[in-house]
Amino acid sequence: MEPLQIAGLLKERFSEDVKEIREFRNQVSVIVKRDNILKIIRFLKEEPEIQMDFLKDLTAVDYLGKKVPRFEVVYHLYSIKFRHMIRIKAEVPEEDPVIDTVVPIYRGADWHERECYDMFGITFRGHPDLRRILLPEDWEGHPLRKDYPLEGYKGERDWRGFREVLELSRRNRRYDWYGEAQ
Amino acid sequence: MSDTVVEKQKEEIRSGLKTKEILVNMGPQHPSTHGVLRLVLELDGETVVKCTPYVGYLHRGTEKLCEHRTYLNALPLSDRLDYIVSMANNVGYVLAVERLFGIEAPPRAKFIRTIVSEMARISGHLLWLATHALDIGAMTVFLYAFREREWILDLFEQLSGARLTTSYPRIGGVRNDVTEEFLDSLYEFTEEFPKRIEEYETLIDQNRIWLQRTKGIGVISAEEAINWGLTGPVLRGSGVPYDVRRFAPYDAYEWVDFDVPIGKNGDVYDRYRVRMEELRQSNRIIRQCIERMPKGPIMTPDAPKFTLPPKDRVMSDMESLIHHFVLVTKGPIAAPEGEIYSAIEAPKGELGFYIVSDGTGRPYRLRLRSPSFVHASVLPRLCEGHLVADVIANIGTIDIVLGECDR
Amino acid sequence: MGLIIDTAVDLVEVEKGIKIIPGANTIITTLDKIINWGRASSLWPVTFGLACCSIEMMTTGSSHYDLDRFGIIFRGSPRQADFMIVAGTVTKKMAPIVRRVYDQMPEPRYVIAMGSCACSGGIYNTYSVVQGCDSFLPVDVYVPGCPPRPEALMYGILKLQEKIKKERMRWSPFR
Repeated sequence: MEPLQIAGLLKERFSEDVKEIREFRNQVSVIVKRDNILKIIRFLKEEPEIQMDFLKDLTAVDYLGKKVPRFEVVYHLYSIKFRHMIRIKAEVPEEDPVIDTVVPIYRGADWHERECYDMFGITFRGHPDLRRILLPEDWEGHPLRKDYPLEGYKGERDWRGFREVLELSRRNRRYDWYGEAQ
Repeated sequence: MSDTVVEKQKEEIRSGLKTKEILVNMGPQHPSTHGVLRLVLELDGETVVKCTPYVGYLHRGTEKLCEHRTYLNALPLSDRLDYIVSMANNVGYVLAVERLFGIEAPPRAKFIRTIVSEMARISGHLLWLATHALDIGAMTVFLYAFREREWILDLFEQLSGARLTTSYPRIGGVRNDVTEEFLDSLYEFTEEFPKRIEEYETLIDQNRIWLQRTKGIGVISAEEAINWGLTGPVLRGSGVPYDVRRFAPYDAYEWVDFDVPIGKNGDVYDRYRVRMEELRQSNRIIRQCIERMPKGPIMTPDAPKFTLPPKDRVMSDMESLIHHFVLVTKGPIAAPEGEIYSAIEAPKGELGFYIVSDGTGRPYRLRLRSPSFVHASVLPRLCEGHLVADVIANIGTIDIVLGECDR
Repeated sequence: MGLIIDTAVDLVEVEKGIKIIPGANTIITTLDKIINWGRASSLWPVTFGLACCSIEMMTTGSSHYDLDRFGIIFRGSPRQADFMIVAGTVTKKMAPIVRRVYDQMPEPRYVIAMGSCACSGGIYNTYSVVQGCDSFLPVDVYVPGCPPRPEALMYGILKLQEKIKKERMRWSPFR
């Protein structure tokens, strides 16, 4: 099936949720509201003519200053049988960054959602084990947001574990061979 | 020992010994050479009850760094993702950016990119074989495979100047042309290589220890593998013939013929056989590409706003000078607004790039969908319920590289 | 025996206020030379490969550029190792573990920082990368490169051997 046809089917079925359909370089993105995302994804997986059984990617984009629901959670779905792909973008506002999890449908979404939580701060309702994955567990801040500096914070606002390592190395310097002259 | 002590011990054995599960940390620093992966295993004797992988010890912030660099400057960052096969990552990134801009590389560049992707695949699979066999116990294979790998790295150095982290493909083509000597030495390599593959197979294929340690271990069925999002040889070992080179062909893959090997049972042995077959198929693809290499330019001439013009034109022609200046300082500011997802078949699986562009010379968001991240998440499913020694075999068979997993 | 006790009692005055045991230098410097030669010729590193540079370290240790001819055997445990090659990017999450492995090594111990990322952070000037492992480790030899060629790593190890051979009295409890 052509991606535009799939988007058309989706719009027929979920007309209040689908906000916009865009096409660029033969790839179709469908922008939806976040409330019924589970039903939409389940429809795409189980409908016999679409059968998107493969979740290629789950990520988020931060549009600070460019548009009002600040975050967008992006799902790339693919069907191995019919070889077609579609992109679903669910809008998530800044004041209430919560969305339903798709782990009951695709097991592989588990770690992708943990990474979204880690990097953007978007909470996934119903996730079995939502904690930080790429950064240490007690890190403060969400790095991939646009208002987080690239070089991070140094000195006092740095991660507690790294400050402890620096303190430990300073204390142990008197036992090194070249000593305080380091 | 006195009678009462022996009596007490017999009593304990009859009533059932009280056992407790122990928690073992396979720390980020361990001698098996897969990088900084940490596993916390709960063991009941020798059986793994629960396995929790911890990743992130190599998280370098590549995605955020790419947002502050132009499209050309972000190319060396893509090298260091899966650092064993950097040519393949480069080709994937360059292909994604070309699709976003709507330009296409000339045929000679496509063939050259196919050749280096397949050479990278051979190099990556050789390193996988070396470390997997070393972990399971066969050290000779490690030394033999590295000998071949040195040959390929020498060829990479002849072509691009660097052994490991090359940045050879460019947006719109490749950086410099291949010489006749390079093609001749590569052809010699492809003639010698099948004999070497047989050499590795005679060492371990029918070995009783190898078969016992790999058959029936780490089994995953086809539907489960698709649900977990696995790709590459891990998925093909379970019988699903999904290969991006066939399903969405890129570069010169439509013009060469090759087979896609698939397995049956989905265990460690089948994935090993799939990868050994892929070595032979890569060899075949390289031979065909060398024989059919067309003549022509290596950088597309009809996209002056996106590709760097040749240096002699820059020094003489005003327009080329301006294009060069803008491309180097601000990046391709004629980039269209939009987004794209583009994937290639990297040796480890499907490497995907999701680029969102907002019309400036820098990507607004660059997302790297790495196969190792998804494969590392399936480790608990493969390891729980089996022995500790199988954990090592499973880590080897899913073939993760932490640079790609943590980005 | 009697000779040494005699010279220990009759100290010789070299300058005003400085007295030495004559001939002690020949014993101590020869001991220095023997011990330093022994240490430099059988350096055992602990495997600490983090990122891309670890692949070049493995290549240096394998058959083409052999490291075994220098007496180098890679040990798995830091308790049995002489020095540590920090190969690859050190992130803030990994820094406590690097420090812990370094603290577990017995004296005399050395550190080689291999690759641009270990020397100074490399191209990664981001929120989660330590800008050089020398902010929390005393480094003896820096080997730059991205990644450094196997010959460059071997040159760095040879420089470390030179540094060890120049040491004085590192075998004694006095400092």
